[in-house]
Amino acid sequence: MNTSVAKTARLLGAGLRALIVLTVICGVIYPLAITGVAQTLFPGKADGSEIKDEGGRVVGSSLIGQTYTLPKSNPDDPEEAAKPDLRWFQPRPSNGLGANSVNTQYTLLLSGATNRSADNGAVDGACPKDAAEGTLCAQVTAARQAVVADNSTPTHRVRPETVPADAVTSSGSGLDPHISPAYAELQAHRVAERNKLDVKRVEKLVREHTKNRALGFMGEPRVNVLELNTALKSLTQS
Amino acid sequence: MSSQIAGLLQLLALIGALALAYRPLGDYMARVYSSQKHYAPERWIYRAIGADPAVEMHWPAYLRGVLAFSAVSVLFLYGLQRLQGGMPGSLGFVSIDPDQAFNTAASFVANTNWQSYYGEQAMGHVVQTGGLAVQNFVSAAVGIAVAVALVRGFARSRTGELGNFWADLVRGVVRILLPLAVIGALVLVACGVIQNFAGIHEVGQFTGGTQQWNGGAVASQEVIKELGTNGGGYFNANSAHPFENPTPFSNLFEIFLILLIPFALTRTFGRMVGSLRQGYAILATMGIIWIAFTALMMWTEFAGRGPAFEVAGGAMEGKETRFGIGASSIFAVATTLTSTGAVNSFHSSYTGFGGGITMLGMQLGEIAPGGVGSGLYGMLIMAIIAVFIAGLMVGRTPEYLGKKIGTREIKLAACYILVTPALVLCFTAAAMALPTPADSMTNSGAHGFSEILYAYTSGANNNGSAFAGLNADTQWFNSTIGIAMLLGRFLPMVFVLALAGSLTEQKPVPETAGTLRTDKPLYAGLLVGTIVIITGLTYFPALALGPLAEGLAA
Repeated sequence: MNTSVAKTARLLGAGLRALIVLTVICGVIYPLAITGVAQTLFPGKADGSEIKDEGGRVVGSSLIGQTYTLPKSNPDDPEEAAKPDLRWFQPRPSNGLGANSVNTQYTLLLSGATNRSADNGAVDGACPKDAAEGTLCAQVTAARQAVVADNSTPTHRVRPETVPADAVTSSGSGLDPHISPAYAELQAHRVAERNKLDVKRVEKLVREHTKNRALGFMGEPRVNVLELNTALKSLTQS
Repeated sequence: MSSQIAGLLQLLALIGALALAYRPLGDYMARVYSSQKHYAPERWIYRAIGADPAVEMHWPAYLRGVLAFSAVSVLFLYGLQRLQGGMPGSLGFVSIDPDQAFNTAASFVANTNWQSYYGEQAMGHVVQTGGLAVQNFVSAAVGIAVAVALVRGFARSRTGELGNFWADLVRGVVRILLPLAVIGALVLVACGVIQNFAGIHEVGQFTGGTQQWNGGAVASQEVIKELGTNGGGYFNANSAHPFENPTPFSNLFEIFLILLIPFALTRTFGRMVGSLRQGYAILATMGIIWIAFTALMMWTEFAGRGPAFEVAGGAMEGKETRFGIGASSIFAVATTLTSTGAVNSFHSSYTGFGGGITMLGMQLGEIAPGGVGSGLYGMLIMAIIAVFIAGLMVGRTPEYLGKKIGTREIKLAACYILVTPALVLCFTAAAMALPTPADSMTNSGAHGFSEILYAYTSGANNNGSAFAGLNADTQWFNSTIGIAMLLGRFLPMVFVLALAGSLTEQKPVPETAGTLRTDKPLYAGLLVGTIVIITGLTYFPALALGPLAEGLAA
């Protein structure tokens, strides 16, 4: 009995020593070495790809989405939904972290998806007009109506069938920095009108900021909303 | 170019990259585990451990090493989380509650990386880099070690010796995982993955105000998370988070890392048993299932059926714009056919059938190509079952790689394949029968059931991905999934090592005209059929209540 206890203790001791040695190698030396090399070779990227506006002020990260909303009438009221500032291109909806945590709408990098299923809120295999509040059916339907209403100008009506899927769905991270070129083009008329710019000029800006697939086949074409809005801002101020 | 064609081209590029790495890496790993040489740093490590790497172990000794090391790891990681609140470098986060700390410790040691916490809101630098990332390395190395021990069981005869656990563990980390991780981490930083030790800090926003960011050693953890088929995200959104996976290239690169070692191990296996063709048969089996699953996933996701998707005009809910549907589908299949569980898009918001494909992938036992090590030994168990079934058909004692598959061997293999289904189905049934676990569901109906079935499937098979609508941070889920992960990881290892021991004691039987050739396409086909039938019969009723019901209603 005593020998088996001693044997077990010896074995666990060996396990502990192995863990400590490997923790020093993989948990201390390795991450510090990588950090050192990364900070030397790619300092901007290792720190989060911050981008600055023309005045040199940091306006965020080219990798992380933001909201472009009007100031709330009562900033202390958590119930009040922020209204989009339609002078700027709008990102994808961000309804993530629904029931599990408070959605802080980009102010805090708490990331997550809605995790709602395709039949969430559906009745008899279809989304009803009055889907229960908070369900995916209701979110998508409301987002679609909002996109059509917000982007229709006196001279340009948005047809509902031209609204792309990314405009009405939340992304996986809830921090998606991109929208599809289709959604950016759809917003061009409204943005031009609100900023008193020529539509052609805004559409050209969108094309300039459309990133195609890497090497022609990786990922999807996309537009970085923060970069686009930063360029738009310098256009309106010039 | 259409998104569908771009998706296919990404799949082809991935296959090409994996094919290029297959031979050199597979041969290199075979040399690592066959070499008699010890490098100076390794000798220094063995001295610190107090182990002699030249001592050959029989299976009980090898198993004791695995269990002792893993038990200490669970306790260490549990302690680290419980003490987080008092440690510097924790970004001000408090200590983790006991049930969640147990769940997380079990999860990372079992190579599962199920997470019931929010990474960026719970874990500081010390726990992330000094605890979780370390287990990403060592739990992967343990998996490869057990697989190599089984391969030695086939390759060696009349010895009973399976190698030395400490040597296999240390070599796996030092010679395989670390060098690949260093290269991969720098590639990821070049793409934009962050790597710093900044605290929580404010960054200006476009319209004024600030965003609050966490710093972190993300790239160094991201790379081993994929390479070691671990899957625990630094951030809650895992590989969908732009700081973990910023570009379409980083995305393909991460999928490559996930599949790299599990596929290459089939070459290592072929080398070590002295017949590359045997390795190719296993590779072909894995490859067929992987490609078929990916094709099915792309088909159902591009079709995008489901009420809300029909309103939206596509299945983009929970998917990132830069990846789109094609690259998300490839990732989802790779992560669930291995034991990774990292996600670049959220499986709960896939179509009904898409969600079913992710679940079925895990239920196959994660063997196509499976987790690092666990994929190979899981597939070899299936290979034994397949020769047994073929043997029954012709009335011959089955053999595999010159070893007789007798009563003892087939009993051990049968025990192996019963463990995870028993855990999954019993725990799911218990959760559904009890009144409170259902409160954790986000969705109702068939999809709500799927959330719970997915959770136990993911835990017991050591995957770690989730239908993340489920609020898993309850005492019930933390404890039961924690238990499922530990039993689902270590019970099969007991059977694998016992089997390896029994095989290595045998003398080889000479091949005759009546021997089933296990290096031919016919056998690979038989193996695919065996896998599908065994899994199908086990899980079909449960799948019918969840994803199939949802998919057929859409």
